[in-house]
Amino acid sequence: MPVALDDRDRELLSGQAGDGAAFAMRLVVRAAKALGADRLIPITRAHVDSCLDHGQASIDFVRRLVDGDAQVAVPTTLNVGAVDLLHPELWRGDEATATRGRSLMEAYRALGCRPTFTCAPYQLSDVRPALGEQVAWAESNAIAFCNSVIGARTERYGDFIDVACAIAGRVPDAGLHRTDGRRAVLVLRLAADVPGSLRDADVLYPVLGIVLGRRAGSRVAALDGLPPNLGEDRLKSICAAAASSGAVAMFHVVGSTPEAPTLADALQDGEAEMAEIGLAELWAARDALSESRAAAGTPIGAVSLGTPHASLTELAAIADELDGERAAAGVELLVSTGRDVLAAAEAAGIAQRLLDAGTELLVDTCSYLGPILRPSPLPTMTNSAKWAYYAPGNIGARVVFGSLRECVRSAVTGTVWRDAGLWGER
Amino acid sequence: MLREPLSLWGGLDPGTGELIDAHHSQRGAQLAGRVLVMPAARGSSSSSSVLAEAARAGNAPAAILIGEPDLILAIGAAVADELYGERIPILVLAPGDLAAIRDGVRVSVAEDGEVTLG
Repeated sequence: MPVALDDRDRELLSGQAGDGAAFAMRLVVRAAKALGADRLIPITRAHVDSCLDHGQASIDFVRRLVDGDAQVAVPTTLNVGAVDLLHPELWRGDEATATRGRSLMEAYRALGCRPTFTCAPYQLSDVRPALGEQVAWAESNAIAFCNSVIGARTERYGDFIDVACAIAGRVPDAGLHRTDGRRAVLVLRLAADVPGSLRDADVLYPVLGIVLGRRAGSRVAALDGLPPNLGEDRLKSICAAAASSGAVAMFHVVGSTPEAPTLADALQDGEAEMAEIGLAELWAARDALSESRAAAGTPIGAVSLGTPHASLTELAAIADELDGERAAAGVELLVSTGRDVLAAAEAAGIAQRLLDAGTELLVDTCSYLGPILRPSPLPTMTNSAKWAYYAPGNIGARVVFGSLRECVRSAVTGTVWRDAGLWGER
Repeated sequence: MLREPLSLWGGLDPGTGELIDAHHSQRGAQLAGRVLVMPAARGSSSSSSVLAEAARAGNAPAAILIGEPDLILAIGAAVADELYGERIPILVLAPGDLAAIRDGVRVSVAEDGEVTLG
């Protein structure tokens, strides 16, 4: 199918606006063809993930754009990079890798992007899109959050195409940009054996997200029967997990997300496959996030929280849970957050409470992306299903998954602490 | 042949071509130079970069046969072509055709996208 282009699109393609813009526009047209779109539509914002270093190809790509005089055409935020520019002392890797990571982050600033360096741009009120706004977001958890929780519209954009759309100011008119692409085709309900106390526990949501990703794959699903008005931190943990175990770019939570006040709204009055998620499946998904011997009393080397980047509310919850206690000797307690959220936490006195408890605060990057945690033969505990999913492959970490309280108590005692009864079992 | 979907980011080491996803049942498999057959892609939006970097390092799959279209892989392949002239054909096959492919068989992808086995 040919892609209809307007005069400005053709001008960009022809190189009149520079080689960088022409390169970007070629990628947008290729994306339109891959998605089967017959036209492009304008966007108002972008969030770019390409600033994380994956090797020389990352540099070669951005150099093409910078040398070709490209600039983003819409307000654009940046995802995490390889290094913490504000706390360079937290890097334990070699200098050459850090330098390449830093120069990539700088190159994206040179394209006109705002140096937010966070995987949770939805926590920044001044860049957050509105319901129905057409945007181009990358970063799998942010894509799912943008579509599902905000109701702004983005396809599942990845590296390269994210900044290409930002430079072109255009996206293919396809998929989740279109109302019909946002219809739930699968309905998942928690079975009656899932106790009410677990439905009210934060720890359920990342595990539910893992199951959602497995069941839905790339389909739009609706979760029904959950407590109404779920908070953004719980929804964030579903997003991150579902986009790790599956290719989930959008889901509805009936009674919580803006396009699903009722199940009929999520289905756009159409038909859908119906299925249940039982307690045994949740237990199995939870257990798969930890290494086999993760019982209470197992010694740990570190606790990593804040994947995706901790919100101000989550930072306060960690400080409250610590309640003046410190991490045990030999246990590294690290919390990742965005630099803008850290500034707010500093202003509110929360950051100081965390630092006083021996917490390391990491910004601009994440602890599973590179050599940041102290090398240790002992497992790292986390409340993030995404961290549990990727850290073994990325940094060779051994992982124990638990609730926020379990993580913080374990950090204080130095061994895995379990909240008996949390999961309604054993 | 991958039995389960794979995210290339966190799943493929571009420096070696090895499958490194600890949650994947085929961890340790070599993907470089092979025709990668999988039901679907999954996970991270960084997979475009990993595919382009693998292509630069000579460790990309020779072609990808997949059960559903995936923009993130398509763009990774497009950038590998633009930057390095490395072509990684990505073809979307019907589920029946995908299931007909057996591990270890020789697969040819023609310029027009026709896939032949044996």
